[in-house]
Amino acid sequence: MSPLRRYFRNLWDGLYTVLVGMKVTWKNSLLKPITVQYPRERMEIPEGSRNQLYCNIDDCTGCLACERACPVACIWITTSRRPAEEEVYTSTGVRLKLAVPKFDIDMSLCCYCNLCTEVCPTECLVMTADHEFAVYDRGDLIYRFDRPWQVQKGILPPALPDYRPKPKAEQPKTEPAPAAG
Amino acid sequence: MPEALTPHPPARALEPRPTQVAFEGDEMVLNMGPQHPSTHGVLRIVLRTDGEVVKEAIPHLGYLHRCFEKHAENLTYGQVIPFTDRMDYLASMNQNFSFVVAVERLMEIQPSEREEYIRVIMAELNRIASHLVSFGTYGLDIGAVTPFLYAFRERERVLDIFEAASGARLLYNYMRIGGVMRDLSPQLLDQTRAFVDYFEPKIDEYNQLLSFNRIFIERTAKVGVLSAEQAIDFGVTGPNLRGSGVRFDLRRDDPYSIYDRFEFDIPVGEGLQGQVGDCWDRYYVRIQEMRESVKILRQALAQIPDGELARRPKSIKPPKGELYSRTESPRGELGFYVISDGSTNPFRVKARSPCFTAMSVFGELARGAMIADIIAIIGSLDIVLGEIDR
Amino acid sequence: MDRIVPAARDLIAWLAEQLWSGFGVLLKMPDELFALLVMVVVGSLMLVFLSLLPLFFVWLERKLSARIQSRLGPMEVGGFHGWLQTVADTVKLLLKEDLIPAGADARLFKLAPMLAVMASLAAFVVLPFSDWLIVADLNVGLLYFIGVGSIGVVGILMAGWSSNNKYSLLGAMRSAAQIISYEIPVILSLMPAVMLAGTLSTQGIVQAQSGIKWFVIANPFMPLAFLIFFIASLAELNRTPFDIPEAESELVAGFHTEYSGLRWSFFFMAEYANMFVSAAIATTVFLGGWHGPFAAGPLWFLLKCFLLVVLMMWLRWTLPRLRVDQLMSLCWKYLVPASLVCLFGAGTWYLVVNRLRGGAAGTFWFGS
Repeated sequence: MSPLRRYFRNLWDGLYTVLVGMKVTWKNSLLKPITVQYPRERMEIPEGSRNQLYCNIDDCTGCLACERACPVACIWITTSRRPAEEEVYTSTGVRLKLAVPKFDIDMSLCCYCNLCTEVCPTECLVMTADHEFAVYDRGDLIYRFDRPWQVQKGILPPALPDYRPKPKAEQPKTEPAPAAG
Repeated sequence: MPEALTPHPPARALEPRPTQVAFEGDEMVLNMGPQHPSTHGVLRIVLRTDGEVVKEAIPHLGYLHRCFEKHAENLTYGQVIPFTDRMDYLASMNQNFSFVVAVERLMEIQPSEREEYIRVIMAELNRIASHLVSFGTYGLDIGAVTPFLYAFRERERVLDIFEAASGARLLYNYMRIGGVMRDLSPQLLDQTRAFVDYFEPKIDEYNQLLSFNRIFIERTAKVGVLSAEQAIDFGVTGPNLRGSGVRFDLRRDDPYSIYDRFEFDIPVGEGLQGQVGDCWDRYYVRIQEMRESVKILRQALAQIPDGELARRPKSIKPPKGELYSRTESPRGELGFYVISDGSTNPFRVKARSPCFTAMSVFGELARGAMIADIIAIIGSLDIVLGEIDR
Repeated sequence: MDRIVPAARDLIAWLAEQLWSGFGVLLKMPDELFALLVMVVVGSLMLVFLSLLPLFFVWLERKLSARIQSRLGPMEVGGFHGWLQTVADTVKLLLKEDLIPAGADARLFKLAPMLAVMASLAAFVVLPFSDWLIVADLNVGLLYFIGVGSIGVVGILMAGWSSNNKYSLLGAMRSAAQIISYEIPVILSLMPAVMLAGTLSTQGIVQAQSGIKWFVIANPFMPLAFLIFFIASLAELNRTPFDIPEAESELVAGFHTEYSGLRWSFFFMAEYANMFVSAAIATTVFLGGWHGPFAAGPLWFLLKCFLLVVLMMWLRWTLPRLRVDQLMSLCWKYLVPASLVCLFGAGTWYLVVNRLRGGAAGTFWFGS
């Protein structure tokens, strides 16, 4: 292309592509904004989302599988033998041989990888949908799941709600998140 | 150290690198420090410029080094996977995929059909998400703010799909050795189909808004030209290599998983707007790859069989041996060299990072460019410091 | 001004009658003193208007950019769509530490933002908001506007130099080169309208247009002149696609890197006030000023200015930015020849049409 032709071509291109770009931004300005004004409105967290960890200590058999599975070593458990005459069972009927006086998870170290929940044989360790647990002191992020302490502090009611995921057959079909527009 | 493995050569003292440069004329030494809006992470570049023209550009890396390879020696194979997530955090599924394929090749196990399809769907969705980030941030570097917002608007939908599938939005830890973490529900597959239909026309919009905009073309065409020979010499792979005209894609030329079942083209740079191998070519290859990923997704979603997920091995103990396995991540050839000594922990994991080799060619490209072009060149190489520094 | 002083006198007389006879003492002042008082009041009103204008425009820019980008923009401060957001930001800026860098030239450092603001505010005196609402109807109005606009460059250079910072200096040099180069297309593209109107006075140029017979359609060359003026004034304002001097992704923030707090907000204010001034000049010269198909007046003027400002903002959020050398080549290789073509073309057209009508002075090719 001769330089003169290229000159006018550049000129035309410059103007035309700018107008085309403006058409695209115009069309997009007519779409509904997608901002969700947190905290007034909240987005729906899908089921199975990995946020805060929760352990139902009554079902913990003290197998230490989660402690071993954690890649960043943020779960600290100590177990002690229950006396033989004590007959404590989990909610599924397994007899507990070990007591778990200390079950701490440091959420500031946790990488939310979910490996601990996968290996738990009784599914007492689950990931809940609670993601709003910011604290002022880093030490408050060490969650101590042994119940007496939490019940004593009034954090948990004496009778625990059951956070374990329900078996597949009973799960109601949930609405998929709106996918188009 | 197990005798059966090849001994490593003794470490050599590194020669001191010349850092004092002689000044001539009015040379200026500019430091684009680790904190800079355009360096895509913590990258420090020392520029020696003569006015506006750069005579030498020296990148300094290591600001994001987190000892991934050392950590891997103390973790089990399953525990290494969340660490691979964090290398290239924008293409997490592909990082998982690469490592998992490496270990599976070492152990000679295969996941079930459905899991293979799920893996491909996740990997291609993440390819789209990663290329969207690259497209958006490149526009931002060149000065157009709006494409960035559009890219992230589309990416939100992909992240919603990932959140429903794996539970997390950015660092998924979704693939496991021998399979995947969870199955995908039919609603989620429908959501993915809806996303694919929604997204394909958007690529044309991006082309109209940014790719063929005269100002953008003026900024990126004929800038940072990487010839095919140079690219191969430096070991550049992925869209950077394909932007120079070399039609090499690991999904076609060294297929892994089930990629040989899908029909898709390999886009290469053809010098449409300037020279073959310039910044515009590399950028446009990524845009076209998004379209190809959409094609693959459509085929995978149509072909995915119903079925059960395979029973994963209880404990991962690959036999003694070593293996280099590579896959195509959105940034290039991501390779894992795994040395196993028969225990549950790998003896050594080396990650071959595609961005690291792309960064190695940056010094060549930057010579003779103007300061504003340095930004364009870095953006077109699409680097993620997490992967460079590991 | 010669219409405002008697109007003010009538207003005070009316107030003295209706409200409080104490106002009558103002009427007994000597004429010069009264005129001075009116000037001070008008000047203050102008300053208030000009300070509120950037506040409104900043809010508008944020809302507009949010709309284009599928977001919401400011929503909280002040309740209704965050209309007090800029006020909150200004208060925050006022409370910041007044930093003057160690090696900086303190006097120049403090003077620079004031010069930048002065340049943009001083151009307001020649803007004809309506038939009588003009602060000073200079008969060299356009020349005054161009001259005063150039003072901004001095402010920018001062800012870059006195910051004692490589990046600021680089940004200031680029900015100065850009602004000075683009003044030529600005001036040349305004000249055809001066030819058609026969006067440099802004009020005169508006009065040479009427109703819907605006200068932009007077001549086939005038739309081109309008386009050139618009593009060149974008470059004058350092707006994208010509905002290399403030390119965040490259040299931090160019010439105003070292400024913080109120000093920085002066530069910001100067930019938005300048935007309004450029839009206003484009409106007076090309779009008929305060004329409208019906009920001509300040509302039409403000509406047209507003539309041009919105167009400038729209372009900012659509386009990437040009590199310095491309910017320069655009100016000297494309805009300057094109504006010369406009000038000669418009003049020739006027002459030919004039000759064809046998000497009847018609500025518009489709009738007087």
